[in-house]
Amino acid sequence: MLLRLESVSKTYGALKVVDAISLAVTEGETLGVLGPNGAGKTTLFNLITGDTRVDSGSVLFAGEEVTHHAPHRRCRLGIGRSYQIPQPFGAMTVFENLLVAATFGGSLSERDAQPLCVEVLAQSGLLARANQLAGTLTLLDRKRLELARALATQPRLLLLDEIAGGLTEHEARELVEEIKAIRARGVTMIWIEHVVHALLAVADRLFVIHYGQAIAEGPPQEVVNDTMVKRVYLGIEA
Amino acid sequence: MSAASFTVHQGTAASRIAGIVALVGIAFLSTAPWWAESGWMREFNEMACYLIFAMMWNLLAGYGGMVSIGQQAYLGLGGYVLVALGNFAGLNPFVAVPIAAVAAMIAAFPISRIAFRLSGGHFAIGTWVIAEVLRLTIANISAIGGGSGTSLIALRGIDRATRESVTFWLCLVSVAASVGLVYWFLRSRQGLALLAIRDSEGASESQGVDVGRTKLWVYVVAAFGCGLAGALYFLGNLRISPDAAFSVNWTAFSIFIVMVGGIATIEGPIIGVIVFFLLNRLFSDYGTWYLVGLGLLAILATTRFPKGLWGYVSSRAGLHLFPVHRRLSIDEADGAEQGKPMKAAS
Repeated sequence: MLLRLESVSKTYGALKVVDAISLAVTEGETLGVLGPNGAGKTTLFNLITGDTRVDSGSVLFAGEEVTHHAPHRRCRLGIGRSYQIPQPFGAMTVFENLLVAATFGGSLSERDAQPLCVEVLAQSGLLARANQLAGTLTLLDRKRLELARALATQPRLLLLDEIAGGLTEHEARELVEEIKAIRARGVTMIWIEHVVHALLAVADRLFVIHYGQAIAEGPPQEVVNDTMVKRVYLGIEA
Repeated sequence: MSAASFTVHQGTAASRIAGIVALVGIAFLSTAPWWAESGWMREFNEMACYLIFAMMWNLLAGYGGMVSIGQQAYLGLGGYVLVALGNFAGLNPFVAVPIAAVAAMIAAFPISRIAFRLSGGHFAIGTWVIAEVLRLTIANISAIGGGSGTSLIALRGIDRATRESVTFWLCLVSVAASVGLVYWFLRSRQGLALLAIRDSEGASESQGVDVGRTKLWVYVVAAFGCGLAGALYFLGNLRISPDAAFSVNWTAFSIFIVMVGGIATIEGPIIGVIVFFLLNRLFSDYGTWYLVGLGLLAILATTRFPKGLWGYVSSRAGLHLFPVHRRLSIDEADGAEQGKPMKAAS
């Protein structure tokens, strides 16, 4: 088991954003996460990465308890993430964005990080943008950079937060192909996405959250056909 | 994919020329004691102290996002440690200068434990309060002159020409080394982390950057620089008092220097300190009105030229004398997506 959440909860005021969620992800698996806006998906990611601390419950990664680890420590252990709203280092170049990730997240010397960054740039189709300031990128390229930067930390577990959100059909398809390629290299993934068909194309298993609670979990087709899921998420009266 | 052959450049043609000009300039300036008037050298020393201090504020606020208005705490400590070592320990004050800077740096560790509990506006005010506490504490120690201060008597045995020359050389070496140190730091691995933190603290942390530790290092290095500036300033001034050493004006002027010259650049404070001293030379006779004018100028500069004079010039002319960016060039010619002209960013 690569990641195990044991009854994690997070409350903001009276609102239980994440309510006793337990979850296990095995090595090499791709887990798709679905849920309406405000269901607690991003908060769940933040609890895994340490951006937000749990109120209760525990987070185990690769057999190690990381519940109280700072985000940078979890990143160095192998948890990489992309943000829903891209957060590039805007005044740095695309190449430097990756260097930060590879040297610190990947614990490499700058010299060793350089070839890795060039390779990731090429895989992400960003090589031609290497010396451009990240703040001047288009949305698609920002999304690519989010993904590339997370990959440069050499993650064992990659968390993708609506990486295809806001993109055109065509752009989203390109990104899905890239994610498939990452998956083929054996990286474990948890992917939050509203674009359901994108998830269906890649995920081994789906996990559905509603009001901070897990309401369905299982093989993608089974979950999508689940009555409850249809009602709360897909908006189909069944 | 096959490993593309590539090279990473950090310098520019302008930076190499600037480096040579700077070395020649330093070599030329180092002969000043043989030809310059002592008033001129004193002015240079003062400028050097302001520049070191302003560069440290720039490092903290411009790069590290830590807007401190209490850096005079370390300037004052540096000055007082120098005076105490000279007057009580009988140490040669010239030797005491680096020790005073190190003392300020050591003090930064416990002080950071308090200051770092605060952030944003609270951090700014908190650092000011810490500086005030130090001022009041020192003012109550009668052995070092209490509120009215004391003189650096340890320099009395040294003749004036030697004293002035050595002080000048120390200032010259210190200011050159400080610029070099900041430049080197920003180009290093830690500098990469600092630039990332400046752009997004949250994303830096999730890319494996230990934000807290990086900030602590910056804070400690800044304390060293401020302590150095203080030791040098009071070495030249020969007299220290709590009000002069812990005056908030130090930080106010350094904010002016950095904002007018260009925040988060190395060139900015250098330009800013020259502007500051020119204005001081021309208008300081106007007293309070001079300060009002400085304030108005700072407001004008920050609203019209938010990146300061240097930021304006550099974005217009694409000029970078201290480039910190790493530029990648792919040597291979066979890749379809490679070889395109890239927008320069350095």
